[in-house]
Amino acid sequence: MSFPWAEHYTPKHPLMQWIDEKLPLPRLVYNAIGAGYPVPRNLNYFWNFGVLAGLALVIQIVTGVIMAMHYGANTLVAFGTVEQTMRDVNAGWLMRYAHATGASFFFIVVYLHIFRGLYYSSYKAPREMVWLLGLVIFLLMMATAFMGYVLPWGQMSYWGAKVITGLFGAIPVVGEPIQTWLLGGFAPGNASLNRFFSLHFLLPFVIAGVIILHIWALHIPGSSNPTGVEVKGPQDTVPFHPYYTAKDGFGVGIFLILFSIMLFYAPNYLGHPDNYIEANPLSTPAHIVPEWYFWPFYAILRAFTVDFFFVPAKLLGVLAMFASILLLFFLPWLDTSPVRSGNYRPTFRKFFWILVIDVLILGYCGGAPAEEPYVMISQVAAAYYFAHFLIILPLIARFEKPLPLPNSITEAVLNRYNIQGEQDALPGMGSDPQPSNAG
Amino acid sequence: MVRIGAFLVGLFFAGWLLISFLVGAVAYVSEPPAKTVEHEFHKNPKHVSFSFDGPFGKFDQAQLQRGFQVFKEVCSACHSLKFVAFRDLEALGYNEAEVKAIAKQWAIKTPDVDPKTGEMSTRDPVPADYFPKPFANNVAAAAANNNAIPPDLSLMTKARHHGTAYVYSLLTGFQAQPAELLKEFPDAKTPEGLHYNPYFANLNLAMAPPLTADGQVTYGDGTKATVDQMAKDVSAFLTWTAEPKLENRRRAGLPTIIFLLIASGLAYMSYQNIWADKKKKA
Amino acid sequence: MASVEHTDGEGLSGVEGVRRRDFINIAAVSFAGVGAVAVVLPLIDQMNPSADVLALASTEVDLSAIQPGQAIKTTFRSQPLFVRQLTEKEIAEADKVDPSTLRDPQTLEERTVDGKKQWLVTMGVCTHLGCVPLGAGEGENRGEFGGYFCPCHGSSYDTAARIRKGPAPKNLEVPKYSFTSDTAILVG
Repeated sequence: MSFPWAEHYTPKHPLMQWIDEKLPLPRLVYNAIGAGYPVPRNLNYFWNFGVLAGLALVIQIVTGVIMAMHYGANTLVAFGTVEQTMRDVNAGWLMRYAHATGASFFFIVVYLHIFRGLYYSSYKAPREMVWLLGLVIFLLMMATAFMGYVLPWGQMSYWGAKVITGLFGAIPVVGEPIQTWLLGGFAPGNASLNRFFSLHFLLPFVIAGVIILHIWALHIPGSSNPTGVEVKGPQDTVPFHPYYTAKDGFGVGIFLILFSIMLFYAPNYLGHPDNYIEANPLSTPAHIVPEWYFWPFYAILRAFTVDFFFVPAKLLGVLAMFASILLLFFLPWLDTSPVRSGNYRPTFRKFFWILVIDVLILGYCGGAPAEEPYVMISQVAAAYYFAHFLIILPLIARFEKPLPLPNSITEAVLNRYNIQGEQDALPGMGSDPQPSNAG
Repeated sequence: MVRIGAFLVGLFFAGWLLISFLVGAVAYVSEPPAKTVEHEFHKNPKHVSFSFDGPFGKFDQAQLQRGFQVFKEVCSACHSLKFVAFRDLEALGYNEAEVKAIAKQWAIKTPDVDPKTGEMSTRDPVPADYFPKPFANNVAAAAANNNAIPPDLSLMTKARHHGTAYVYSLLTGFQAQPAELLKEFPDAKTPEGLHYNPYFANLNLAMAPPLTADGQVTYGDGTKATVDQMAKDVSAFLTWTAEPKLENRRRAGLPTIIFLLIASGLAYMSYQNIWADKKKKA
Repeated sequence: MASVEHTDGEGLSGVEGVRRRDFINIAAVSFAGVGAVAVVLPLIDQMNPSADVLALASTEVDLSAIQPGQAIKTTFRSQPLFVRQLTEKEIAEADKVDPSTLRDPQTLEERTVDGKKQWLVTMGVCTHLGCVPLGAGEGENRGEFGGYFCPCHGSSYDTAARIRKGPAPKNLEVPKYSFTSDTAILVG
C-alpha cells in the first residue's frame, strides 16, 4: 500500500482473476493481511495482541449469537433461560462459559495491546488516527461488556445496571432524566433488559466496523516497531504473509491454550458468585463490584470522597472516571518526545513501569470493598494516574535525553545478532538519527 | 494549548485526590474506623475435601445419592430446587423407573390445572417436572418462616465463595455465641428467632440448625449418618445441582488442551522455519 | 518486487530442507483445520432439541369422556393429537376398503391396538405440508370420506385416517402409545 516495494496481487487461478475484476476483495485481503502488506521485520511478541483481539471478538460474536438463540430477554425468565442453556442445551455450558471467559480474555488482550501502544508510543504521528480509533473500540467494548453483564439478570447484573446508570444521575439538572431515559423506568426492569440486549447484540458489529477503520488507518503509515525508527527501505520489512501469519498462528495457539485452561477448569474464577443469585430489587449484595476489567476505573470513581466547593464528590468521581479514559484521546499531543520507543527513553521507561504498577494497584483497590485503607490507596494511585498522563509525560518529553537510536530497523536487528559484515553491505541506510516525521 | 489545559486538569484531579487522601488519612488516624462484629468473628469456610476437588476430580455417585436423600428428607421441606428436574437425577445413577418413582412419591406436588374443572389443583410430579417449590410464592415463604425466605438451593454452591465448603461449614457451624463476642460487642447478641453461625455473612441466621442428630436420616448403603457425614453429602449434592455438567466440562478440557499444545508446537516450528532466513543467529 | 526479501529459502537450504519445511507447515495448517472442524461440531449440536424439550416426550390422555363418533384434540410433542372413538358404522366403512387400492396401504387393525379397534389415535398433522386437518371438532368438515379433511390443499382422509384423495402422500401418522387402563392411554 504505502510502500513502493509492496508486492502486487496477481491472481493466478482464472476464478480468482474473475472475482478480482468484479470485486477486488481478494486484492483487499492480500494487501491488508497478505503478502501485499510489508511489515517491519523486528516486531516482538507484543505485536501479536492486535490479531488476538480480533480473534477474541470473533469468539464473542460466535458464542454470543448462539447464546442469543437460547436467551429470553424478559426479567421473569432471563435468569432461568441462561441457567437452562447451561443445563439442558447441547454444549450450552460450553457456549456460556466460552462467552463469559471470552469477555475477560478480550479485555486482557486489549489491555496488553494498549500498554504495548503506550510503551512504544504507537500513538505518535503519523499513527494518531490508529490510536484514536482504537480508543473508540475500547469505549464500545466497555459499553458492550457492561450491557452484556446485565443480561443474565443476576444480583450483580441488576445492581451493576443500577449503579452505573446512577452515575449519570450525578450530572446536575439533566442527570435524573437521563438516568430514567437510559433505563426506560425508575429502576432496571424489562425495558432496560430489552434495550441492553438489543444494543449488546448490535455493538459488536459496530466494533467490527471500527476495527476495519483501525486497520485501514494503520495501513497508511504501516505498522510501528520496537525501535520506533521508521521503515527506510525494503530491507527493513517482510511481507505480512507468511512471516507474520506464521507468528500470529503460534500466538493464537498460546492464547487458545490459556483460554481453554480457564474455560474448562476455572470458568467462574473471574466471575462473581452473587451473579448466580437471581436479581432481587429489594436486597443489595453486601459488596457491589463490576467485572474485573472495570476495577481501575471503578477505583477512580470511588476515590473522590471530598466535595470541591459546590461540586459534590459523587460528580467529581464520575467526571474523573470519564476523564481517565478520555484523556487518552489527547495522548498524541501530550507526549511530544520525538523518540517513540520506550527502549530509547530511560526516564519515560521508569515512569511507564510505575504507571503499570499504579494501574494494577487501582485495579486491586477497585475490586476491594469501599473501606480503608483501600480508599486512601486508590486516592494516591488515582492522583498518580492523572499526573502521569497530564503532567509527567509532557514534562519528560521536554527534559529527557533519549539514548542514541539505531540508524535503521535492519541495523538494530543485525546488531542484535552480531552480524557485522552484512551490516556494512546493506543498501539504503540513512544516517538520520531520529525519525524525521515525528514530533 | 492542549498541554496547558491538560496540565491544569491534571493538577486539579491529582491535587484534589491528594487533598482527599489527607482528609481521609487524618480521619483514619484521629478516629480509626470501629471494628465490626462481622469483621472480628466471621470465619472463612472450613477446609473439607471432596472427590470432585482438583481439575480431574469426579462426583462420587453414592455420595450424591446420599446427599439427595438428605435434601429430600431435611432441606426440601423449606428450600426449593427450581432449576433441577427429576429427570436430571439419572445422572446420580438412578434408572428411569426409579426416577419415575421418586417423582411420583415426592411429598410436594406439582401445581396444575384440573382438566375437568379448570380449577387450580396439584398432581404427582413426573420426571420431566422441575422440583416443585415448597411455598407457592415469596409471601407464603416469608409468612411460614418468621419473615425469612428460604433461598433456592439449585445454585447455592456457586452463589457463595468456596460454595461447597461454605454449605458444609454453615451446616456444621451452628454454635452458642462466644462469650468474648458478647463482652466486646454487647449489642450484638443474637436476636430472638435467629441462630448464631460464624460462617454466615452477618453471623445470625434465620434457619435453625437443620442437621441436629446423628442418624437423622437412614442411609440405604449403610454409611453411618453422622451430622458431619450428612453435611458433607448434601454439600456434594448441591455442588452437583449447581454445576451438573462439571464432569463433561473437565472431560472435554484435557483433550482440547493436549490438541492445542501439539498444534501450538507445530505452529512454533512452522514459524521458526518460515523465519529461518530472516533470523540468522551468529 | 523485493527479490532480496521474498525468497522462499529454496536457494538457501536445498531440496531436503524444503521438504521438511513444507511438511511442518502443512502439518500446522492441517491441525488448525482439524481444530476448526472440531469446534464447529458443538456449534451445530447446540441447535438440536435440548434436554428439557426431549423430556416432554410423553402425554397421557383420558378417554373416558369421548363418546363413540366423537374426537378430541390434545397435544403431543407440541403438535396436535387426534383421539377418536369410531362408531360401528365407521369401522365397517374402514374395513370395507381393500388396502391394496390405497396410496398408503394399511388396514384399520394395523393402525389400532388389538381389541381396541374403536380407538383411533393419530397425529393431527397433514402429511402433505403439516396443516391441522379438520374433523376432530364438533361440526367440522370431515371430507368426502368421513374422516379428516385438510383445508390447506384439500387432502381427504377416511374413517381410519388414511389418505384417500388430495396431495398428501401418507396416512395420518399413528404415534407410539399404549393403554394404561381401559380409559387412558400414554402416548410416547
